[in-house]
Amino acid sequence: MTSGTASVPRAAAPAVACEGVTVRFVTDRRTVTAIEDVSFAVGQGGFLSLLGPSGCGKSTLLRVVADLVEPSAGSARVRGASPAQARRDRSIGFVFQDSALLAWRTALQNVALPLEVGGRRALPAGAPTPRELLKLVGLEGWENSFPHELSGGMRQRVSLARALLGAPSILLMDEPFGALDEFTRDRLNAELRRIWRETGTTILFVTHSVYEAAFLGQQVMVLAANPGRVREIVPVDLPEDRGLAIRETEPFARLVTRLRNLLGPV
Amino acid sequence: MTLAASSSAADPGLLAAQARHAAAKRRAALRRRILPLVGLLALLAIWAGLVHGLDVKPFVAPSPVVVVQTLIAKFGMLMSNLAWTATEALLGFLLGNLVAIIGATLFVHFKSLEETFFPIVVLINTIPVVAKAPILVLLLGNGIEPKIAVAALICFFPTLVNMVRGLEAVNPQALELMRVLSASRSEVFWKLRLQTALPYLFSALKISASTATIGAIVGEWVSTTNGIGALIVQAMYAFDSALLYATVLVGSGFAFCFFLAISAAERFVIRWHAPAAT
Repeated sequence: MTSGTASVPRAAAPAVACEGVTVRFVTDRRTVTAIEDVSFAVGQGGFLSLLGPSGCGKSTLLRVVADLVEPSAGSARVRGASPAQARRDRSIGFVFQDSALLAWRTALQNVALPLEVGGRRALPAGAPTPRELLKLVGLEGWENSFPHELSGGMRQRVSLARALLGAPSILLMDEPFGALDEFTRDRLNAELRRIWRETGTTILFVTHSVYEAAFLGQQVMVLAANPGRVREIVPVDLPEDRGLAIRETEPFARLVTRLRNLLGPV
Repeated sequence: MTLAASSSAADPGLLAAQARHAAAKRRAALRRRILPLVGLLALLAIWAGLVHGLDVKPFVAPSPVVVVQTLIAKFGMLMSNLAWTATEALLGFLLGNLVAIIGATLFVHFKSLEETFFPIVVLINTIPVVAKAPILVLLLGNGIEPKIAVAALICFFPTLVNMVRGLEAVNPQALELMRVLSASRSEVFWKLRLQTALPYLFSALKISASTATIGAIVGEWVSTTNGIGALIVQAMYAFDSALLYATVLVGSGFAFCFFLAISAAERFVIRWHAPAAT
């Protein structure tokens, strides 16, 4: 598509493609350019980490793809269709920074919410049920617990299960583990990679952790701030079946150093 | 020393600590029950002491003993009057809150409606209840209607304001989630906004439970010969202080029970977290 580094080996047709996307927010005092001229593409089944300092517009970019924010210029395509069409087709699952669970629903009821809204849809044939998804994210036995009875990590697991309902082809994750402690975050990172490989879902993962971005992604898109723009898309040259131990290796350390240099002086 | 929760029988220090903790908990529970009772009894004793010691005349203030005697002797009459007041308060409560909930729903969905009518609502709310009552009596006559209207008006404002706040207190990411799921406006309302608003609604309803009773009593003051309000006025003009105090007790006892009933309903409806201490 746009550049050599942006193509992903898995498939030819991009799951998500952005072409010159610019987003401006107009306020009383000034016009803020959140992101400027961002282009990239992710192939089907790819895993792209979006890494950048706060204010680089990485969450905004995710919201453009999810049809939550309208771009001021440029366009986003989801499997060749508009984001609005993709939203109506339920091609997209979204995991929010704060789990956004409904406090009055049990874990199972929260996961099943997508079946009850947006025109009461049935689960596609062969797609895992809410119960199976809770098991997939390691919450078997917690089906009837309310969000306030769950830890922060467990709430994000429920949120992930909800986003996976209906087997969406694309998963957008907005700093989902940012508020968790390091142990929980590590465990969830490892499990997310397992789930990604089991489901074949395309994932766009926003983070401001260099380690997280490097460990999770097939590629890391490094963004610069003010205005948010792509600095470089770095391929991650690590084995696909990597575990957390890979972070102790030399190639990982080199990758982290490279990403850190791209982010610039703190 | 370990911090393990499982106690080993061999550790006397741990057992003693557990026993101390249990004893402290029992004492705290006992204090919570007994101290308010002690306060109440002390108040009654001071009251009785003052009335007897200073030789206060019965038409100025009764002794608590006489109030209890009156309460028992005139129980039937008091209850038949309470029936009027309770009916008015309950109907006013239902009417006022229902209109407030509908109004809040409309306000949240049609902002221009809120901008048009909210100032008028505030204006009406600034009129004191004692001033609203005569106006409503002239408008609605001498029956039960103006009392219901006063009770409803008094409930309306806090519920409207709280409900609007509750419906708008939705987690922005939950709203984004609904958008990602292509939820319709009515789905967002029923599945998200209404549930978010319930705790806010119940705090307003608990206020309403006692103010609705006040509204009905004020309505009865202005006209009628039935109800707690009418009885208060009659007892005052007859210098029957014992009956006056007994009537007031019955009225506030009802308001208190009404409040407890709404609190129980709140615990029943909002089970997903412990309601905030009131």
